[in-house]
Amino acid sequence: MPADRLLPDSDAADLLALTREIARDELAPVAAEHEEQARFPREQFRLLGRSGLLGLPYDEKWGGGNVPYEVYLQVLEEIATAWMSMGVGLSVHTMSCYALAEYGTTEQQERWLPDALGGDLLGAYALSESHAGSDAAALSTRAVRDGDDYVVNGTKAWITHGGVADYYTTMVRTSDDGGRGISTLLVDASTPGLTAAAPEKKMGLTGSTTTQMIFDDARVPADRLIGPEGAGLKIALSSLASGRLGIAACATGLAQAALDEAVAYAKTRTQFGKPIISFQGLEFLLADMAAAVDSARATYLDAARRRDRGLPFVRQSSVAKLVCTDAAMKVTTDAVQVLGGAGYTRDFPVERYMREAKVLQIFEGTNQIQRMVIARELAK
Amino acid sequence: MPNIVVLVKQVPDTYSERKLSDGDKTLDRDSADAVLDEINERAVEEALLIKEASEGEVTVLSVGPDRATEAIRKALSMGADKAIHVSDAALHGADVIQTAKVLAAAIGKVDGVDLVIAGNESTDGVAGAVPAILAELLGYPQLTHARKVTVEGSAIKVERETSDGITHLEANLPAVVSVGEKINEPRYPSFKGIMAAKKKPVETLTVADLGLSADEVGLASAWTQVLEASPKPPRQAGQKVADEGDGGVKVAEYLVSQKLI
Ligand SMILES: Cc1cc2nc3c(=O)[nH]c(=O)nc-3n(C[C@H](O)[C@H](O)[C@H](O)COP(=O)(O)OP(=O)(O)OC[C@H]3O[C@@H](n4cnc5c(N)ncnc54)[C@H](O)[C@@H]3O)c2cc1C
Repeated sequence: MPADRLLPDSDAADLLALTREIARDELAPVAAEHEEQARFPREQFRLLGRSGLLGLPYDEKWGGGNVPYEVYLQVLEEIATAWMSMGVGLSVHTMSCYALAEYGTTEQQERWLPDALGGDLLGAYALSESHAGSDAAALSTRAVRDGDDYVVNGTKAWITHGGVADYYTTMVRTSDDGGRGISTLLVDASTPGLTAAAPEKKMGLTGSTTTQMIFDDARVPADRLIGPEGAGLKIALSSLASGRLGIAACATGLAQAALDEAVAYAKTRTQFGKPIISFQGLEFLLADMAAAVDSARATYLDAARRRDRGLPFVRQSSVAKLVCTDAAMKVTTDAVQVLGGAGYTRDFPVERYMREAKVLQIFEGTNQIQRMVIARELAK
Repeated sequence: MPNIVVLVKQVPDTYSERKLSDGDKTLDRDSADAVLDEINERAVEEALLIKEASEGEVTVLSVGPDRATEAIRKALSMGADKAIHVSDAALHGADVIQTAKVLAAAIGKVDGVDLVIAGNESTDGVAGAVPAILAELLGYPQLTHARKVTVEGSAIKVERETSDGITHLEANLPAVVSVGEKINEPRYPSFKGIMAAKKKPVETLTVADLGLSADEVGLASAWTQVLEASPKPPRQAGQKVADEGDGGVKVAEYLVSQKLI
């Protein structure tokens, strides 16, 4: 049963209807196969682009949809319900545009945003490095100014869309000044000296490629510096505050998918002469799953509405990321339980959902780091 | 620069359970989600492709109850320019001949029509007769069951595909074309297209506006009427064939017994 949503207006309802149609007809039917074969759905991202779904929260003047986060995130949730790798990809792509949209010059925005928002270009966001994960400010990929270029050396790690993206919004070190020595470069995928390592062999989210990106004397034109030198960490962290809302929405969508699957199965599977949904032991399990999904949705929507109104939302965004991704882990694990042995096989999608849920608690700041952010906000 | 009219129909979604109403055995429209018929999406797509190749204008025409505006909006959001919606309580239970008469009269309201594109049959009524009847009424050549359409100046070429094979048809415009499943893959509307569609003109007409009288259309004077309907029987448990080395033969025997091979 699709999620029952309260939407602000009929435009939003129409947008959600379009999303559901595309998700139902074009994404859900091919998800399992792509995941099984670890095949990246580039064509499906083009379809989202043509349909105007790749630039929803950005300004119309660059080809965006100009919709509030409250609406964009629900679109994202629906996509993630149909196919997690597409949901995460859409969220990462949206985050990859953030630096340009918020900190770029008008010239930079006009030059690159329309293609990124229109779906011709797919973006990636490159912050992490092998030794700088939770401690992102320790990153050491170095960019040295040489004439009109930066010469970049180092290795970015864990990059979603690595090797398939058209550009990488990359955080690099431009001085040894700790967190203040980081800058943001919009690196074109065809930059000489930039290569992708072999994709990571992951537990889940296998349709989405994750690779290291190796910079070996890569020359990036200096007009691709977004914001001033030294603003990179600030840009990275404010991108993440919004990006985390995206992950929270994806988590909620995944949990919804697992709940739907579990309920459908519990209605038809009989044991002891009755549908298993009529046993109280499962009823309570399913009710808790539904409560987790609904409260997850309420939590990310509250944070989104604060963002839409220009209120501070860093704490709420971290709370949403924490609550929604923990809910997804719990609900997907319980969905496997509801399906019994069948749930443990690849004949049903719930074991995949469970594998996909785990990464949500890890990336865009582990849930331990979210607690740190929340506590810091409390201590202010 | 062809001026194209596309006929679209709102039908119950094939994903949902479809029912007839108990009283007059017409479609129970409230029982199922209503959508733009998929074959009509292909008709709209074909019109848009022709328009994009040589400009022109695409008008969507629908005969149906008020809620058919949703189907019309969908066609407009795909990229059609404007719409005519014939909506009249008198049309309740109209048959294919009456519907074609209404369509012909509405097409008469559009200036300089070059091409009428329809789906070959709807997923609800499945009569598959409206395009042909309409062509007769308009006095246009009919090129039905098209799987490929080419417009060159004032000529139209169509590859017609039926179970009898493929026929190549040619005619001069204006003409009526009906398209089949293989004609194209319809585009999804974009979010921008959906927003733009809300501002596109939709002219709503009644039967009287078309110069027809209410007793010419609708169930009372229809040439066909549904007398009885029974729900499809519940699915039977399948027949299991244990493969003891002769599984293939047994499957083939079953298919032969059902006259499937
Ligand atoms: C599939 C996938 C896709 C990714 N995509 C991207 C991407 O597109 N772009 C990008 O930049 N990065 C990406 N990442 C990287 C991701 O953001 C990092 O993996 C994450 O930030 C954690 O860093 P780490 O793996 O180095 O773990 P570590 O930082 O080494 O953490 C290990 C453990 O220690 C805990 N820990 C660390 N510090 C503290 C602390 N101070 N207090 C308490 N506990 C702590 C962590 O919570 C964790 O449990 C991706 C990762 C994965 C798995």
